[in-house]
Amino acid sequence: MNAPNSFRTGPDDNGHFGLFGGRFVAETLMPLILDLETAYNEAKADPAYKAEMDAGLKHYVGRPSPLYYAERLTEHLRAGASPGMGAKIYFKREELNHTGSHKVNNVLGQILLARRMGKKRIIAETGAGQHGVATATLCARYGLECVVYMGAVDVSRQAPNVFRMKMLGATVVPVQSGSKTLKDAMNEALRDWVTNVSDTFYCIGTVAGPHPYPAMVRDFQSIIGTETREQMLEMEGRLPDSLIACIGGGSNAMGLFHPFLDDPGVQIFGVEAAGHGIPSGQHAASLTGGRPGVLHGNRTYLLMDGDGQIAEAHSISAGLDYPGIGPEHSWLHDTGRATYISATDDEALAAFQLVAKLEGIIPALEPAHALARVADLAPTLPEDHLMVVNLSGRGDKDIPQVADILGTSL
Amino acid sequence: MSTRIETRFKACAAEGRAALVTFVTAGDPDFETSLALLKALPAAGADIIEFGVPFTDPMADGPAIQAAGLRALAAGQTLAKTLAMVKTFREGDDTTPVVLMGYYNPVYVYGVERFLNDAKAAGVDGLVVVDLPPEEDNELCLPALAAGLDFIRLATPTTDDKRLPAVLAHTAGFVYYVSITGITGAAQADPAAVGQAVTRIKRHTALPVAVGFGVKTPESAAAIAANADGVVVGSALIDALRATLDAEDRATPATLPAVTDLVGRLADAVRGVRRQAAE
Repeated sequence: MNAPNSFRTGPDDNGHFGLFGGRFVAETLMPLILDLETAYNEAKADPAYKAEMDAGLKHYVGRPSPLYYAERLTEHLRAGASPGMGAKIYFKREELNHTGSHKVNNVLGQILLARRMGKKRIIAETGAGQHGVATATLCARYGLECVVYMGAVDVSRQAPNVFRMKMLGATVVPVQSGSKTLKDAMNEALRDWVTNVSDTFYCIGTVAGPHPYPAMVRDFQSIIGTETREQMLEMEGRLPDSLIACIGGGSNAMGLFHPFLDDPGVQIFGVEAAGHGIPSGQHAASLTGGRPGVLHGNRTYLLMDGDGQIAEAHSISAGLDYPGIGPEHSWLHDTGRATYISATDDEALAAFQLVAKLEGIIPALEPAHALARVADLAPTLPEDHLMVVNLSGRGDKDIPQVADILGTSL
Repeated sequence: MSTRIETRFKACAAEGRAALVTFVTAGDPDFETSLALLKALPAAGADIIEFGVPFTDPMADGPAIQAAGLRALAAGQTLAKTLAMVKTFREGDDTTPVVLMGYYNPVYVYGVERFLNDAKAAGVDGLVVVDLPPEEDNELCLPALAAGLDFIRLATPTTDDKRLPAVLAHTAGFVYYVSITGITGAAQADPAAVGQAVTRIKRHTALPVAVGFGVKTPESAAAIAANADGVVVGSALIDALRATLDAEDRATPATLPAVTDLVGRLADAVRGVRRQAAE
């Protein structure tokens, strides 16, 4: 595929990133997503909306999040590398945001948009519960009704977040259909939206779904990369050499990547969840192990069988346990601008523990996948290579699950 | 040359009544039972058959049709088998229209051109693809029309007068009016509101308008039939089928009669209503 002049101009007017994206939704929802697109375009052009966003990001979310030199992890990996090798590793500290992950960046944008549109009822899907918690939080903050759909399997493995959402006043609906994980939660949220069309705003948590969601969520999350750019210029006097982030739907990754897409000197790595390993078939690596298909409003790489039936994804991380990926990632994959790799459950679990011990930061299992690849990429790169890993969420929510896996009873 | 769909709607109109459109899921609960049901539907009173193509993630469907799709998939149903069933059906029935209804991904993965060739050859008359709005007409709608298959569009309560022309532009065969905002088998349609909506749609098109999604009983079918060219019943038939399955979701001797009996009662109800606004 020929490289475009810019990687930052998509999507086109119909929401396509090359082959990917689009608006594959039932007719009932079409007028709603067209309204949403109009409202978002108006909001983007309104200085009052931008001012409200900026204030919220600063005073409520706690931005900017720090760009932190992970000195001990860097030294640890250099100790195992050849002389002169071992990249300098920075963490973009999204786990320090209010609610503990990057998800809040997007939710703030969508909730302020919902308020402009006069919507009183917010629905959301969630996997790990981070998006659900962020949505419940902003709904509490603005006095909106909040209903969160969550796969029944995820409800049981992410109990702390379920309780948090309830504390925040949200209704959590365990979804019993299909594989009872994130994709089924999204189906159920779409069924709710198709039913409650007049008063309900669907707050999608990742860079997927029908246009304009992939572009809109990316825009809200791009604050991550925009800040990283400024911070790295300030700290090192130049741009980073590589970026790396975990990918389920891909919102934290897209937020970090997008402001750097037209900087050819910046290498970009997305890390999918390889579960028990790609050959096992039990994984969530849509780009590595999937093919283009249509689900949840967009065309993108999907895990599926030969008949177009969607496969059940598997990952230790509920936030990555999704058989698809945002359409812009599919496009970046096909154009070759970004490189997509994967990490297994076991590798993520090891990185989770390593970073806790070396840096005093307990990462969520999701970014632990990115950290796992940092651990083997960094030693192959020179010492002056600046690598930024998106520490997209904190691991408190994963403590009971990890304790259980490690055989510790709490 | 008239299509089977045109001919059937004209024949029903000539009788001063609405057409009964029955939805069942292909391969539910297994290939043989489903094929036998398909063959039995016309004699039971179905005027048009909507044959559901199973999909793992049917986001516009309620629990009944979701479960039907999963039963069919568990029994090994594929799009190729669904087309084979229609082909077998056509060997014994050359007049009852068959419309495939489902989601785009199985068709996309099968390959649009190959699918259209095979569907046409099997004797499929039309397609209802829930997640292909007019904005995505290049995907399947326009190729289907070029291949001589009707692309039947859904119009909904949220499709306002401004949007209706776009929705109707490449619609062929009939218009499927979704009588509720919601998923299949959920709320009960309000016959008065449906009547107004059908009248509104007919201001924009000469095509027949069939109404579905909230029609559950012979009584509600009759109420809708007073104002529409067709009445679609799906979840109620699936519920009737499911109620006869054994603990392992296998068909029993009661399965086929349970569905055909309900189709018969629905047909009687629809046929008992003279159209109020016969054109």
